[in-house]
Amino acid sequence: MIRKLHSILGLSAVLLVLVLAISGAILSINPTIERSQATVMGTSAITVAELTGKLAKRYPKIEQLQRSPSGTLIVYYTDNNQAGADRIDPFTAETIGPYTVPAFKTWLKNLHRSYLLDNPGRIAVALGALVMLLISISGTLMLINSTGGWRHFFRPIQGSTLAQRLHSRIGRLALIALMLSALTGLYMSLETFEFIPDHQTAEPAFPQQVDGGEPAAIGSLTALKNIPVSELRELVYPYPQDAYDVYSIRTQQGMGFIDQSTGQLLAFRPYNSQQKIYEFIYMLHTGEGLWWLALLLGLSALTVPVMTWTGIQVWWRRRRAIPRIRNNSKAQSADSIILVGSENNSTWGFAINLHDALNSAGYQVHTAAMNKLADTYPKAQRLFILTATYGDGDAPASARQFLKRLQQVNDSEGIPYAVLGFGDRQFPKFCGYALQVTDALQQKGWPALLITEMIDRQSSQTFARWGEAIGQKIGTELTLDYSPPQPKTVTLQLTDRTDYGEQVQAPTSVLRFKMADQAQPKGWLQSLFNTSKLPHFEAGDLVGILPPGSPVPRYYSLASDSRNGVLEICVRKLPDGLCSNFLHNLKTGETIEAFIQENPQFRPASNKKPIILISAGAGIGPLIGFIRNNKSRHPMYLYWGGRKPESDFLYQQELQIYLDDNRLTGLNTAFSRIPENSGYVQDKLITDTEHIRALVQNNAQILVCGGRKMAVGVSTAMNEILAPIELDVASLKADGRYREDVY
Amino acid sequence: MTYRTLIPAALAIVLSTMAANAREITFTTELKNYGGDGAYVALYLTNEAGQYQQTLWIAGEKSKYYKHLSGWARGSGQRSSEYDGLTGASVAAGKTMTVTLDLADSLIDSGHQIRVDTAVEDMRDNRYDVVVPLTTEGVNQITAGRGYVQSFSYSF
Repeated sequence: MIRKLHSILGLSAVLLVLVLAISGAILSINPTIERSQATVMGTSAITVAELTGKLAKRYPKIEQLQRSPSGTLIVYYTDNNQAGADRIDPFTAETIGPYTVPAFKTWLKNLHRSYLLDNPGRIAVALGALVMLLISISGTLMLINSTGGWRHFFRPIQGSTLAQRLHSRIGRLALIALMLSALTGLYMSLETFEFIPDHQTAEPAFPQQVDGGEPAAIGSLTALKNIPVSELRELVYPYPQDAYDVYSIRTQQGMGFIDQSTGQLLAFRPYNSQQKIYEFIYMLHTGEGLWWLALLLGLSALTVPVMTWTGIQVWWRRRRAIPRIRNNSKAQSADSIILVGSENNSTWGFAINLHDALNSAGYQVHTAAMNKLADTYPKAQRLFILTATYGDGDAPASARQFLKRLQQVNDSEGIPYAVLGFGDRQFPKFCGYALQVTDALQQKGWPALLITEMIDRQSSQTFARWGEAIGQKIGTELTLDYSPPQPKTVTLQLTDRTDYGEQVQAPTSVLRFKMADQAQPKGWLQSLFNTSKLPHFEAGDLVGILPPGSPVPRYYSLASDSRNGVLEICVRKLPDGLCSNFLHNLKTGETIEAFIQENPQFRPASNKKPIILISAGAGIGPLIGFIRNNKSRHPMYLYWGGRKPESDFLYQQELQIYLDDNRLTGLNTAFSRIPENSGYVQDKLITDTEHIRALVQNNAQILVCGGRKMAVGVSTAMNEILAPIELDVASLKADGRYREDVY
Repeated sequence: MTYRTLIPAALAIVLSTMAANAREITFTTELKNYGGDGAYVALYLTNEAGQYQQTLWIAGEKSKYYKHLSGWARGSGQRSSEYDGLTGASVAAGKTMTVTLDLADSLIDSGHQIRVDTAVEDMRDNRYDVVVPLTTEGVNQITAGRGYVQSFSYSF
């Protein structure tokens, strides 16, 4: 709901807000420029009488003296019937230069205040400010939600894409300033349209009694002797021939009139609270007289274009990801419910196929994410749950709230259900989450329509069989026919390889690829867009490789960035591994079909805290990528385990280079097949307990990459190490400081 | 583009019945290209001593800004009864405002002065931008202003 509001507001007022932000950012420089040109220090020690006394000689035709909030002093005068204005020095009263307002500044100010459209424009500006305010508020609420409450507001933000992370991180920094700008701007708009009483009404009346005697020299006027220059805002001189005219003066405190003959202050009125509030808000909005605030607000305003761009990207990605469902009935009226648990949307394809099949068989079908489980389905006669599993038996993204919500659902009889799990048999907890869901439904006492079925690697055969079984149960023939679309692949060519570990029965190869040579000569269009360039990726992202004869991609962590000009992976050959065998037999010049999948959660943090990298065997792949690209010489410590230094010490020479040039701060290795001091990487961690504890206390981030068994071993060791300082892996994970890439 | 503003017929009749001998006078005020928003302009009459007598015309929509026409504001006390029916749009930079109204003969050649105050948002206020006597001799004589007024003249 809040997200919807946030994106609707953002998209609908994109231009309004952008123009306000950019013009505001440029205007925000003014107070600093003015302040740097003004002399402010010491002006509280001179009085207006002293200053005007000197000015009287230099500017006999002076009409007005003004002091801007930044401290610039301006005299207005008329010379030979021509109006002029000069900036002057407060101490010497000497002319600094002519005072002019550049036309561009006036134009920009008008653009910012009214889009150059006068009253209709001012209304639009007020709307823009209101939208800005609502976007900031809804954005804050979303941030609080995603970080898990106020108290965790400044935790590291995780996001699946660069745009998303930028959007939340920059937003978090700029929020307060943007809200301040919007709120103060809105106040000023409301005053312009008199929703708030106008502040300018309270002014003293022109004095009834004026002495009318011979005007005294301005430098001798008592009232002016009591006002320091720093307190002055404006002094308007009387008209020369008019003995009954007066000086009118505005100071920081209020405004009044001064008799030009007696020098007495007549009818002085201090500003009322209305005026003071307005001035305060005006100062907060413009930063006039508060240059650092102006810069801060301007800088925050500059984030608006970035926020717009990233926001549109996030919105577009999300929108594209929402599967289109035809004839989706309402939850209240549907007789068949399909709930989907999916991490990267691949399960939706199957769900929609089921939806369409049921639909054309005449059923009223409602399909939604598992998180959208309704409190009640009054007409439902069957419930299908199609869900993937995330990580180690956890709920996928679109199902995280499901089990909690299920507890609140109070359908006493329950709806007959069928659960269909999706997963990969290679992983230990195959369809673990689907089984959890089945258990929960059983415990609730709902009747099973069909025993829980599990689909291995998106098998369309199993899916079709399950469809037949369902069809028999509900007495309608169901034909399910779905094979997932393949991601768009690129052809990569093996350029070189380094092989390790043959001797210790752990053949592991480092493979480097580039884009395959194009057979056809390049056209100008291709050379313009440089199609032979690798797609964008960073170390730690995944490359999906399609081995010949299998439609199912296998994923490998990337050991290089695309800007390194090469795609590098580190692959351990598994006895029955279709893809690893294919890759190990690959000769230089041969090609593979591959695509990139982002994996932004597994990346070194960009702060200055130390980073502990832990891996064994081929798991070093993404970590060597992090070290190689550690241009800023971030403190990085690598703990790595192999079998025998002579055989499978992956990247041995490269690591030495990185140690020498400080891209790597410390290297600790463990080998399991050496006669003395043999052990695993987790043993090395235990040996180094003190050091690791110190690093973690110094807010280190820990990145673990490797096999499942190793990851469990490392996690146990780390818990042991951290227990005395009252930390554990779970709490570090919650803070985003312990991340795993496990296979 | 010029702003040609005619006094409403009803009021014109009132004015002419009040003074037995009245005359139609046209005031032409051309503004400089001062490079700002539309100007607020006050045309008014004072006596020889510069004391406010009567409002001729106020150009500018929002009465809350009228105080910036400070000479006029002081004399008239900004009472709306002084300018009811005598207001119009503000005048953009470089444009000409023409105002035609009926004035009693007794105000002409009797020491009265026409004064023009001008003000522009965020720019200086010009009290007495133009001060000229209202005389038969002064007809069609062009006067330059001190502030935003490029030229001022009147005819009858």
